Amino acid sequence: MNIKIKRFNSEQDIDEIVDYDIKDNKTILESLIEVKIKYDESLAFRCGCRTGICGSCSLRVNGVEKLACKSKLNENDLIEPIKNTKVIKDLIVDLEHESKLLKKSNTFLNKLEETTISKEDEKLIDTQSNCILCQSCFSSCPIYEVNDKFLGPYALTRALRYVDDKKESHKVQTLEKIQDNGVWDCTLCGNCTMVCPQFIDPKTDIMNLRMKSVQNGFEDRSMQYMTGAGFAGGFDTGFDPTGGFNPNGF
Amino acid sequence: MIDVLIIGSGGAGLTAALNAKKNGSEVLVVSKTYPTHSQTCQAQGGINAVLNETNDDNNQNYINDTYKASHNLGNQKNIKYLCENSKNTLMWLDSIGVPFSRNKNYGIAQRKFGGTKAKRTCYSSDYTGLKILHTLYDQCIKEEIEFLNEHYLLDLIVEENCVKGTIVLNMQTSELIQIAAKTVILATGGYAGLYHQFTTNSFVSTGDGIAAAFRAGAKLSNMEFIQFHPTTLENKNILISESARGEGGYLVDKDGNRFIDELKPRDEVARAIFKKNHDGEKVYLDLRHLGIEKIQEAMPQERRLVIDFLNLKMEEDLIPINPSAHYTMGGIETDIDAKTSIKNLYACGECSQSGIHGANRLGGNSLLEIITFGQVAGKNASDSAKEIDDLSISDIQYKKNEKQIEEIFEKETNLDYLKIKKEIGKLFFVNVGLFREEKKLIKALDYINKKKEEISKIGIKNKDKIYNKNLIELLELKNLITLCEPILLCAIERKESRGAHYRVDFKDKSLEYEKNSVCLLKDGKIKNYFEDVL
Repeated sequence: MNIKIKRFNSEQDIDEIVDYDIKDNKTILESLIEVKIKYDESLAFRCGCRTGICGSCSLRVNGVEKLACKSKLNENDLIEPIKNTKVIKDLIVDLEHESKLLKKSNTFLNKLEETTISKEDEKLIDTQSNCILCQSCFSSCPIYEVNDKFLGPYALTRALRYVDDKKESHKVQTLEKIQDNGVWDCTLCGNCTMVCPQFIDPKTDIMNLRMKSVQNGFEDRSMQYMTGAGFAGGFDTGFDPTGGFNPNGF
Repeated sequence: MIDVLIIGSGGAGLTAALNAKKNGSEVLVVSKTYPTHSQTCQAQGGINAVLNETNDDNNQNYINDTYKASHNLGNQKNIKYLCENSKNTLMWLDSIGVPFSRNKNYGIAQRKFGGTKAKRTCYSSDYTGLKILHTLYDQCIKEEIEFLNEHYLLDLIVEENCVKGTIVLNMQTSELIQIAAKTVILATGGYAGLYHQFTTNSFVSTGDGIAAAFRAGAKLSNMEFIQFHPTTLENKNILISESARGEGGYLVDKDGNRFIDELKPRDEVARAIFKKNHDGEKVYLDLRHLGIEKIQEAMPQERRLVIDFLNLKMEEDLIPINPSAHYTMGGIETDIDAKTSIKNLYACGECSQSGIHGANRLGGNSLLEIITFGQVAGKNASDSAKEIDDLSISDIQYKKNEKQIEEIFEKETNLDYLKIKKEIGKLFFVNVGLFREEKKLIKALDYINKKKEEISKIGIKNKDKIYNKNLIELLELKNLITLCEPILLCAIERKESRGAHYRVDFKDKSLEYEKNSVCLLKDGKIKNYFEDVL
């Protein structure tokens, strides 16, 4: 089998796609390990648990975000690092933005509400709290091309996880933090939802956060953005007829 | 100046950081990964606690079960502290936002694990470790705890048996940094990664903190006790948590017959499965009778793993399994205050031998241990730091590490360190696994002595300074090899069978060995002996 890997090495001034001939492995991670052992031990990539739970091995396969440990390799697959952050070496990218985005989005329990929690209450935040912070959604998000301050899908999903947590008594504090560069800046293209290995739906989470924002007295800025994009109103497609950003590819 | 330096960012390290900060200390967490990449995220099944003392369960039962599972090697005082405090520990986790699964009565749901008669294990479906770890991380962000991610611990700075900081390597630049700190907490995880390709552990569990503590003269204890998890996906070593059996799953042989009480302690269940595997028989986990609804609710992650890695469905198929190295009971010896034998050096979590698990750990006790003793270590290290005004450090350790790294970069090598890692994994699984005997242990020791010599001479082919993973992998392998000797020496000396340590040449327990094994480095030589259990 052939695997193509995007290599980057600032020290050796290498930025190229390299082909390697490997056997038919079960997973992409196994293929990367084979390349490392057989051809070039310097190939750099992160990996940890091998079971899709630590989130360290996210990368792009033919342009789509995947976890290397859980994804099968197909002939001629192109493996690249995730997007929207600096590549350090080969498939390793800088992840220092993670804690900053979470901090800005106020994604933690602010103040405990002494209350009883039912099975249903806990179920309400179950999916969102399954997030492994693998950065797949972050990489797939087209907004960063126009706004590098965008809080992004995983931070917003995590914000909803705390806003929906019955234990949280200061929900508005979190909602307040996600108004600027947050819920209203998303174009609802759904790329994040498509790539989440944990089957989380950040797009719907963001729509929920918009609704909760309005319910809590924050300004509905969706119309404002639509007008800016040349629409008189109606539905949000993310389509920009002036030739700018177009996440849906039409 | 840093008051409390924490090495390791799993559940134990993050808990220690939160507690030290709460106690008013300047805190820094150094991690070789990112916090949420830590091994803690792999804990699926749950965390033990007696939430209400009733006719069904009470603290004394919990203490008794833990002590019994330890095969009399647990420290009764420490176990008492862990168990009696378990409700408080759970309530703290619940209060910071861990989304524990609930029962019909609005309480935290509990299920039954092996080695106990009571439903005592609290859980968040089968993502318990993940949800605890991420909640702790969120709190660390809230409390503005400082992190140095992807910095690798080289050595501790210890002068006159007192720790004064560490030397770490910035993995992204290969630069060395000396970090001075009034107190240091090691929370670096266990060493089951030694069983490479025969372990449930992450690639990053390589016992670095234990090896560094050992080099610095700290006492290691009970290193021979290595727990094998009975149920991991066949040939994949991917964990299927005890929750599968706790929820009523069966273990069956090729004819569909159950052959052991599934809820016996892990050492017994794992040995029974291994024996069948060794005789060429397959063993399966049978969950079909639980039904899809129960499976989806209680073990969604495990169901997914079985689909992804074996292309089977839990609700329809038998799941082929085998045991894998899972957890290491041994580590840096600590007391009830999380203190090690080196002044101002604390340890918590799997890297410590805190007198809880003895010869065998009960499922659900490791998450409780990391939080309980993470809190203890954080508070006590912080208190100790308050008593220190001044910190003077020589650069001897820094220069030693600088020379070590320079040499690795300079040396050429024909030796394939990845191959050596694989060889050691297999050697340990076969010779230092579920069934042990003197001649096999000695064979393994001979191999390790040879490799120790060889590996001291090798460098790396890749000379890049930016993110040189090969450098880290070689250092990790050296650490694992450092730990092989204490493990093997203690395993050879313990001429009995107790818990996870089963000797085919000494099949019974012996009162003579109702003691903790100790290994320490003195004047360049390893001393190993047994000491009384306190």
